[in-house]
Amino acid sequence: MVHTSRQTPLPLGIGQSRALAAGESVSVPEGKATDLLTNYDPGLYYDELFGGRDYPAEHSALIRQRLAGLNFGDLLRRSQDAERELYNLGITFLVYSNKDAVDRILPFDIIPRVISAKEWAHLEAGITQRVTALNLFLHDIYHDQKILKDGVIPADLVLGNGCFRPQMVGLDVPFDTYIHIMGTDLVRDREGTFRVLEDNGRVPSGVSYVVENRHMMQRVFPDLMQDIGIRPVDNYGHKLLDAMMEIAPQDVADPQVVLLSPGSYNSAYFEHIFLAREMGVPLVEGRDLVVENDRVYMKTTNGLARVDSIYRRIDDAFLDPKAFNPDSMLGVPGIMEAYRKGNVALANAVGTGVADDKAIYCYVPRMIKYYLDQEAIIPNVDTRICREADALQYTLDNLDKLVVKPVGEAGGYGITIGPRASREELAECRAKLLADPSNYISQPVVDLSVCPTVTDDGIDPRHVDLRPFAITGKNTWVLPGGLTRVALKKGTLIVNSSQGGGSKDTWVLQDGGLQDGAQEGSAS
Amino acid sequence: MNLLARYAECIFWMARYMERAENLARILDVHETFARDTRGMTNWFSIVQLNADEKDFFSRHDRPTAEAVVHYYMFDTQNTNSLVSMLRMARENARVLRPWISTEMWTQINVFHNKLVEMNGKGVALPNLSKVCTWIKEECQTHTGITEGTFYRDQGWYFYQLGKYIERADQTTRLLDIKYHTLLPSPVAVGSTLDMSQWTTVLRSAAGYHAFRRVYPRGMSPTTVAGFMMFNEGFPRSVVMCVRQIDGLLTRLKSRYTLRNGSEAMEKVDELLGALLARPIEEVIQLGLHEYLDGVQAQLCGITNEIGRAFFGQDTVPMTQSQSQ
Repeated sequence: MVHTSRQTPLPLGIGQSRALAAGESVSVPEGKATDLLTNYDPGLYYDELFGGRDYPAEHSALIRQRLAGLNFGDLLRRSQDAERELYNLGITFLVYSNKDAVDRILPFDIIPRVISAKEWAHLEAGITQRVTALNLFLHDIYHDQKILKDGVIPADLVLGNGCFRPQMVGLDVPFDTYIHIMGTDLVRDREGTFRVLEDNGRVPSGVSYVVENRHMMQRVFPDLMQDIGIRPVDNYGHKLLDAMMEIAPQDVADPQVVLLSPGSYNSAYFEHIFLAREMGVPLVEGRDLVVENDRVYMKTTNGLARVDSIYRRIDDAFLDPKAFNPDSMLGVPGIMEAYRKGNVALANAVGTGVADDKAIYCYVPRMIKYYLDQEAIIPNVDTRICREADALQYTLDNLDKLVVKPVGEAGGYGITIGPRASREELAECRAKLLADPSNYISQPVVDLSVCPTVTDDGIDPRHVDLRPFAITGKNTWVLPGGLTRVALKKGTLIVNSSQGGGSKDTWVLQDGGLQDGAQEGSAS
Repeated sequence: MNLLARYAECIFWMARYMERAENLARILDVHETFARDTRGMTNWFSIVQLNADEKDFFSRHDRPTAEAVVHYYMFDTQNTNSLVSMLRMARENARVLRPWISTEMWTQINVFHNKLVEMNGKGVALPNLSKVCTWIKEECQTHTGITEGTFYRDQGWYFYQLGKYIERADQTTRLLDIKYHTLLPSPVAVGSTLDMSQWTTVLRSAAGYHAFRRVYPRGMSPTTVAGFMMFNEGFPRSVVMCVRQIDGLLTRLKSRYTLRNGSEAMEKVDELLGALLARPIEEVIQLGLHEYLDGVQAQLCGITNEIGRAFFGQDTVPMTQSQSQ
């Protein structure tokens, strides 16, 4: 008997989600007789559905009215349906625990976050302004470094930054665009003012959830959307492909675009699938690509085929073992040289990490003034740079009132929230600050706005942030919407998915709000 | 549209694992239901032999009891030939292929796999085995239907079909082989009820029982059954039928997409088809069916290797630039 042939083994270690077992029924409490929003109290925070205390939101009145008329049991059932569907569709991310990789859904809350047309116009202008300034900054520091020579930003902060790539100095990129895909983290304070918390200009992720959350809402909550003019988010893939085509080498008639992923074990793999599908381009890994004569090729069933434009979801460090981290197995040896020769386009460009550094963030308003001669449309959170002596002193003196963040960490790690920290945690934070002040910034605690959220006990306020996405080729386009992340644990301010956050659909209303003929009837 | 070599390989294997899972479910089911000897005993060990798994099986079990064999082939994650492992491999391939296959294909495999894994904890009692096997078989058939109705017909489709038919041909030879010793006519057994029921079992495993009755209403003999399963031109699981499909698929794939490689694979397929058509079943049995089937399995392995070399980039020789345009 001949042994059955087998595929060369795939790596092991895929566990399964225990979050949802098929056939597990969840008991649904009886719906309350009172109106669902009667006892809702956002407290002192700005509320995304109700507005502020003195200026109730008019644009979301109809949505509130419909929500109030729902039965809580029905709402819970819809929530469970939505989350089960996400799990079955595999709209999941991998979480590694011990030796197992577990498929987990990003928890989804079915009460949307609503943004009026007017608010959105303001955000859109602000994000466009910011992306423009950051791209001008990147072009400057990799060319004449005027902003450093003029002393607007300390030179060592840029040149000594681990993300500054000497390989990029003097290199011209198409349209002088470095950050093609930008995710800007916004929060809203007690007054209802949007502020930028962080820029993500390297490999921002989350946009797949923006679109998938909308699809989910259309499936489970169509009656809530009825006759409400919501701006669509479906064309993100087209816009991204257009930008990828625009930046391809000019001598190629029909450029081959690909999406380069670290592979199916990356936690954002679903997003890579989603974007490759939405663009209609191959999803490749480093092992699918080779560089010959400073040109990039992919291995197909018919041999090698040229690749012209790469949307890469791999950090600089892993992109090319010849140019950066020599141990990287994820990258493509020689790709950097092909890029420098102009034979292939990369988005985002190499070396953008300088622009979204937490220390550089503090200087962005000055950057906007310097390059555009404008005030920042969306202000920063008031931030102190602990490398500056007086800022360090202020931080140490007010440790119990401030949020202290390391500049190099992502995903909400390493953050100390003063007002909520124990004495031991504060002491630890103080020691770290004194040992390496340059590694930290501090900010006042921002009272993040809240949004009604479905919890086991009813509809409760939970803190949210917002990450809109902008695409820049020749010009900048901002996706009308964004990822609203919600801190599902009562009282917590950290919304990151790695820390137990979930997400909501984000509705940007059409100008004119309700569409003609909208009925103010019940929503059942 | 270019097809990544790695995708072609994943498509090919996804198809193979799904086909393999369906066949194993059939074998387990039929065994539980029909394969009893005169004392009402079921020889579960023959399934272990069929897959050449003796060594691995005895590394974890002392005796081939019904429970041990069923668990080994349903839920043993260490056994690469268990249903749970096959589904995991199919799902892993599908996961890689999500940008390429339809969402419906992915979702069905994903849900199927997750349900099977959840079942493991509950333990499938023998009386339920048939029900579970039927469910697995139907899920595999659902996959086939979804694929037929949603999988875009380009290069990838050909690699899917190639994988499916190579696996199917291989499985049919294994099914026959399990009973080869009963083909050595012993004066006692020929034509006895036991003999008949053994052959009925083989046919049922391949879903060919009723078709066989239609073709041979008057006689069931080891020779006619083996001939039917090897050479019948209308039976979807016959080896000849599958190899003819493989032949046609490779020819069309190469010409439609002007693929440079694959000639060696085509030669090997022609060779196998020629060999299959060269001898009537009587002659094959006379010469030794078991050796013959082993030969077919080895040739199918050879074809798989050539397909890998030609299309999956397992042998990429760097090409000059002029060739890659």
